[in-house]
Amino acid sequence: MKKLSARRRHPLAAVVVLLLALACTGGLYVLFAPTDKAAADETAQSLAIDEGQKLYAVGCASCHGTGGQGSSDGPSLVGVGAAAVDFQVGTGRMPAQQPGAQVPKKKVIYTQPQIDQLAAYISSLGAGPSVPTKGDYGPGGADIAKGGELFRTNCAQCHNFTGKGGALTHGKFAPDLEGVSPKHIYEAMQTGPQNMPSFPDSTLSEQNKKDIIAYLDAVNGDDTESPGGLELGGLGPVSEGLFGWIFGLGSLIAVAVWVAARTAKAKKS
Amino acid sequence: MSTTASNTNPSADGPGRSRGKAPAGEKVADWADGRLGIYSLAKSNMRKIFPDHWSFMLGEVCLYSFIIIILTGVYLTLFFHPSMNEVEYHGSYVPLQGQLMSEAFNSTMHISFDVRGGLLIRQIHHWAALIFLAGMFVHMMRVFFTGAFRKPREVNWLFGFLLFVLGMFTGFTGYSLPDDLLSGTGVRFMEGAILSVPIVGTYLSFFLFGGEFPGGDFVARFYSIHVLLLPGIMLGLVVGHLILVFYHKHTQFAGPGKTNNNVVGMPLLPVYMAKAGGFFFLVFGVIAAIAAIASINPIWAMGPYRPDQVSTGAQPDWYMGFSEGLIRVMPGWEINFWGHTLVLGVFIPLVIFPLVLVAIAVYPFIEAWVTGDKREHHILDRPRNVPTRTAFGVAWMTWYFVLLIGGGNDLIATHFHLSINSITWFVRVAFFVAPVVAFVITKRICLGLQRRDRETVLHGRESGIIKRLPHGEFIEVHEPLSQEQLHTLTAHEQYRPAEIGPTVDDNGVERKAKGSEKLRAKLSEAYYGEEAQIPKPTVEEYKEITSGHGHH
Repeated sequence: MKKLSARRRHPLAAVVVLLLALACTGGLYVLFAPTDKAAADETAQSLAIDEGQKLYAVGCASCHGTGGQGSSDGPSLVGVGAAAVDFQVGTGRMPAQQPGAQVPKKKVIYTQPQIDQLAAYISSLGAGPSVPTKGDYGPGGADIAKGGELFRTNCAQCHNFTGKGGALTHGKFAPDLEGVSPKHIYEAMQTGPQNMPSFPDSTLSEQNKKDIIAYLDAVNGDDTESPGGLELGGLGPVSEGLFGWIFGLGSLIAVAVWVAARTAKAKKS
Repeated sequence: MSTTASNTNPSADGPGRSRGKAPAGEKVADWADGRLGIYSLAKSNMRKIFPDHWSFMLGEVCLYSFIIIILTGVYLTLFFHPSMNEVEYHGSYVPLQGQLMSEAFNSTMHISFDVRGGLLIRQIHHWAALIFLAGMFVHMMRVFFTGAFRKPREVNWLFGFLLFVLGMFTGFTGYSLPDDLLSGTGVRFMEGAILSVPIVGTYLSFFLFGGEFPGGDFVARFYSIHVLLLPGIMLGLVVGHLILVFYHKHTQFAGPGKTNNNVVGMPLLPVYMAKAGGFFFLVFGVIAAIAAIASINPIWAMGPYRPDQVSTGAQPDWYMGFSEGLIRVMPGWEINFWGHTLVLGVFIPLVIFPLVLVAIAVYPFIEAWVTGDKREHHILDRPRNVPTRTAFGVAWMTWYFVLLIGGGNDLIATHFHLSINSITWFVRVAFFVAPVVAFVITKRICLGLQRRDRETVLHGRESGIIKRLPHGEFIEVHEPLSQEQLHTLTAHEQYRPAEIGPTVDDNGVERKAKGSEKLRAKLSEAYYGEEAQIPKPTVEEYKEITSGHGHH
């Protein structure tokens, strides 16, 4: 300590102390400073929005306008939310091939990360429903029978008893729900794509949506059994009548022709 | 027909005993004959002759499917509860657990999932009903196009027609019994049609449903109509229909040895007993196989009926489809008259509905009036030889099927990617236009076929052999027809158009021809005038051509 105190009047002492103090505060700062993740996400998010905007400009802007404000060829996308984007692009409906009564489901052309980027861009234009999580539409805690009742009350008038689809006016239609992923069914109910009315949580609660999805999985899913044999499309009496005429009466007439062609030989008496 | 047959039979304790003991079968037959007179019945009926043609078996298809429906229906009544009391479902079908439903729906679910063989029997019952009605339709068309409805069979035609109409309503009340969402929608449709009747509609509806729809009564009421009233009447009509077939004897197509006074074919016993018995099992087998393969009316997918619910694709079974079509394509017209609403959009279809059916039912009487023919006919017409009748039948069927398209317009729209509005407009136009177009086209086709028959008779069948004559000419060799073929092709008779009778009587007094006479003469001209049939070749024409003067 003698050596140090002996040099405290050294002309460079102040400089050394200053350096030490700086190193100290700097080190402490490094140790204690909060690692700001939000800021990192902010950048990632703005990156996604930027990427989304680029994709949007190429694939969507010609109809929906350069800023999502809409045009004569497509509606405004301000406030439709990420869920709408995830449904429309995730089922291949968007980008649309041609204008018409209704844009049909087709091959999906964007990857899921690209869809997420587009969704990020669109939701940055205005707040809207976000993409549901697995917990929202998963089978856990769902009441199938209740879902059936809800489905018959709210959905069957367009989508048929078990979601086989039906016709609407002027070439529009309610599509068959077979093979539609639970996430997309949830998003469709939430956002009301194209000719479908939307069922926000205030109309059809999250639990209700879950029940409906579980019911559809039970009656129109991949491993749904048809207890009576061939389902004949599940379309009701029209397909049954066709089947009855063609295969029922058709085979009976074939049998009749066969029986009539085999006759006994008359005995000569 | 002898009524004293039993007196002439050797009785078992008479002198016949000396020849040894009679076999057991004979004893039983004797016993029965002494009390029921079966020998004379058997004598007159067992050797009844039936001609062979596949189209004569269409009626059998109907008869057998009717029997199958009765048999399976009896089984279903053992488990069905025709009650609309509300119960909670606790059966084996998971997606309906805990739902409230009527006892009728609950018991149908029980039959489908928890009764042994219940679903199969239900499906046989329902498929057999569809096939029964389809069979009757085709059978009726066979009778129509071959002219088998002519004297003496007009009454039997009406019996058959009544069976078809009653079958429609038995089917309707039957598929409404499970009280599911689809059939409930159909019953609601019917209620709407009843309500559209001016003045009495509301009262009728309240009477039928015991108050406001749906009430708690209609399943029980439909049940007794479906299992008792309508099948009872139908059974009586079926028996009457068959008795008349026996009484009139079967018709046959023209051919060598077949006249208006005989029937050429095989006897009922043993040939037709065996054939018909075997055919019954074939029909049962086919229907059972279809019921085992394909689902019908899956009420579990439709759910119980609730008046606040409805599904798209709600159609009736096919035989009611034309009424659905009438409603679907009718513009929704409405008149407000003195504070009362007249729903023409529903009432007009309700009025046309019976007219569609009556149009075909009264045809035999119209034709009989136009031809003025009072003779009996047992030889069938080939459809081509009666172009106007055939054209009318095809026009009617076209009308019927256009309405069926209207009834299924939504499914046609989704499956062929069309606009439902365009289909509806198509049906509206086709309702008036298509039968006319079908009439004209069919008539032309018939005349063309008649011309070809004439050609074939006069010039023989084209053999496809080209021959070169010594002087270089090429001719095609025509093979002359056999005598039998010539007979078959020329056996039909051709009417001449009826004319208005003399308008001046013996005393030279002129009378005015009545409007009906003029109409009849006009219709007759349309039926049998120069435009409406090709004169069949005469013997002289045939002789002249086949006498060897050249090859033409």
